[in-house]
Amino acid sequence: MTITSLGAPSALPARQVEELGLRESATFDRATIADIQRAAATGVYDIRGWGAKRKVPHFDDLLFLGASMSRYPLEGYREKCDTDVVLGDRYASKPLHLQTPVTIAGMSFGALSANAKEALGRGASEVGTSTTTGDGGMTPEERGQSKHLVYQYLPSRYGMNPDDLRKADAIEVVLGQGAKPGGGGMLLGQKITERVAGMRTLPVGIDQRSASRHPDWTGPDDLEIKIGELREITDWKTPIYVKIGASRPYYDTALAVKAGADVVVVDGMQGGTAATQQVFIENVGIPTLAAIPQAVQALQELGLHRKVQLIVSGGIRTGADVAKAMALGADAVAIGTAALIALGDNDPRYAAEYAAMGSAAGFYDDFQAGRDPAGITTQDPELSSRLDPIEGGRRLANYLRVLTMEAQTIARACGKSHLRNLEPEDLVALTIEASAMARVPLAGTSWIPGAK
Amino acid sequence: MVTLIETQTQDYPAATDELPALVDLADSPVRDLNQALHEALDGQSWTVENPGGKHSLAVGIDAGVSVTINGHAGYYAAGMHQKGEVTINGNAGVGLAENIMSGKVHVKGDASQSAAATGHGGLVVIDGNAGARCGISMKGVDIVVGGNIGHMSAFMAQAGRLVVCGDAGDALGDSIYEARIYVKGTVASLGADCIEKPMKAEHLEELAGLLAAAGRTDDPADFKRYGSARNLYHFSVHNSTSY
Repeated sequence: MTITSLGAPSALPARQVEELGLRESATFDRATIADIQRAAATGVYDIRGWGAKRKVPHFDDLLFLGASMSRYPLEGYREKCDTDVVLGDRYASKPLHLQTPVTIAGMSFGALSANAKEALGRGASEVGTSTTTGDGGMTPEERGQSKHLVYQYLPSRYGMNPDDLRKADAIEVVLGQGAKPGGGGMLLGQKITERVAGMRTLPVGIDQRSASRHPDWTGPDDLEIKIGELREITDWKTPIYVKIGASRPYYDTALAVKAGADVVVVDGMQGGTAATQQVFIENVGIPTLAAIPQAVQALQELGLHRKVQLIVSGGIRTGADVAKAMALGADAVAIGTAALIALGDNDPRYAAEYAAMGSAAGFYDDFQAGRDPAGITTQDPELSSRLDPIEGGRRLANYLRVLTMEAQTIARACGKSHLRNLEPEDLVALTIEASAMARVPLAGTSWIPGAK
Repeated sequence: MVTLIETQTQDYPAATDELPALVDLADSPVRDLNQALHEALDGQSWTVENPGGKHSLAVGIDAGVSVTINGHAGYYAAGMHQKGEVTINGNAGVGLAENIMSGKVHVKGDASQSAAATGHGGLVVIDGNAGARCGISMKGVDIVVGGNIGHMSAFMAQAGRLVVCGDAGDALGDSIYEARIYVKGTVASLGADCIEKPMKAEHLEELAGLLAAAGRTDDPADFKRYGSARNLYHFSVHNSTSY
């Protein structure tokens, strides 16, 4: 997508638009007009990366109630607020023990460069958290630099092999992704280099389709047996996650638990993607804020909240987001887009190159084209060499530390000595919509729309 | 892709003089069987009695062992198989030899759906029939089916060879990539981008080798070959009705 289709200023200066009394349609705004014009010109729907750009109720619509009289705060910078989390101790004999509840979401080698994957591993390991493979298999760079590596078991099974399965610290059975629940993937041929093609057993340069469902099972009962197979192969040592794209998280979480998941990962519609149809990104799935309470409710009703851990992803940006997700009942969060930005994605120093592609820093989302100036979402050797994995890892580690410290700061203000002690009672909502979705009171009231 | 020749020439130490280890699943859990197989050494032999259709039998084998299962197996028998050989003297459930990497899996009866799904290498032989989606997303495995196969078999098949000595169901090879399919009987219908291709000398030779490896005496000249037309390798709006 080019910048013109994102509602950039028209050719007329703003003052002239005002003087002429021109009025933009709320329905057919400039972005919509540009989309229609692009569709008419090309006959193809827009494919792009990143994730939903529309505004939906989000963590910004929640506020924390810091302690004062009725609650007792902890001293900032003085009193301890722990951040560690154990993931996957329901059945696995070797659960993950992470030092921060902020993890790195699955992103494939293929969608990302090898240097980007290595940088993610370096940054995550430096702060004691995990990173995750993606659709395409495990690279030596990633395994080598990741202290805790989660191996995704995806519908495509690209690069899937039992040797890597046994090397993994956890296995994530992916049923869906927040950006496209129910949808498969399309990695266009520009990014299918010899190495990517080899890992995926495909000819070089052809479009690569990722399946929307697993080839050898058809429902939750099959999934239970499939998880049993994975446990048998790994001798019941490795935690099994089940990742769902948020659409019906109450039922999907309950069924994932029934199937034997150690950890459930719920990815809201603000979650990113390397490439899929824009119409899918913006119109399928539900906001992360709406998904968490439903997943937590399912776990609570099963008596397994905090026993089967919940990881939430989709639009996590700040320590406040981390703290809010955990207060709503998550055990940990995962970041994807934010991690790429920390590495240098959409960096203004590449402004001229973004402009040459009809985009701008902060807007670039044509990850499928493989021409990412920042060297992150590309397989071009020259471009990918721009990203120093050591420097990228350092930047990511810094960002992860900031997220963790920000969450700690808020938790202390709420009187919590551990991030996991945050609770819904620490939150209020700014809008009726957020109040109803998050199931916390509208600020200044005790009213939760729809609560019984 | 693991070739047939590599499969045939795998060289493991000779089996010991010890009698095959016997696991009776009427008395032992599947966990014990798999744990023992994961700790087994090349050349060892195992016999499994009373499988009773249990799931995940002999999964994750990573040594040159020989396992004989006397009876029916449930889902995912010999899943993620490597190096060794598993023989099932009975039928197999869904996902037989799922994601097999190398070695050989031989079912003397029928197999349910998704046999050898996503297999990367090795040889899977099914003497009887196989259900729907046989060889779905296959990535280098060779599959020889003595009987018929169901619909949507070899869907999105990327590499490897599927040999069918009976008939094939609807939508054979839908969205196929570089895998090759040989069918002796009839094909109900071909899927998107799958076409019949000429049988050249190298294909007859390849097929003869696959049939021999499966212990079959069918004449390669009786088979037809199917593969990708490669028209859908790049997304094009002009092909939108094909998807």
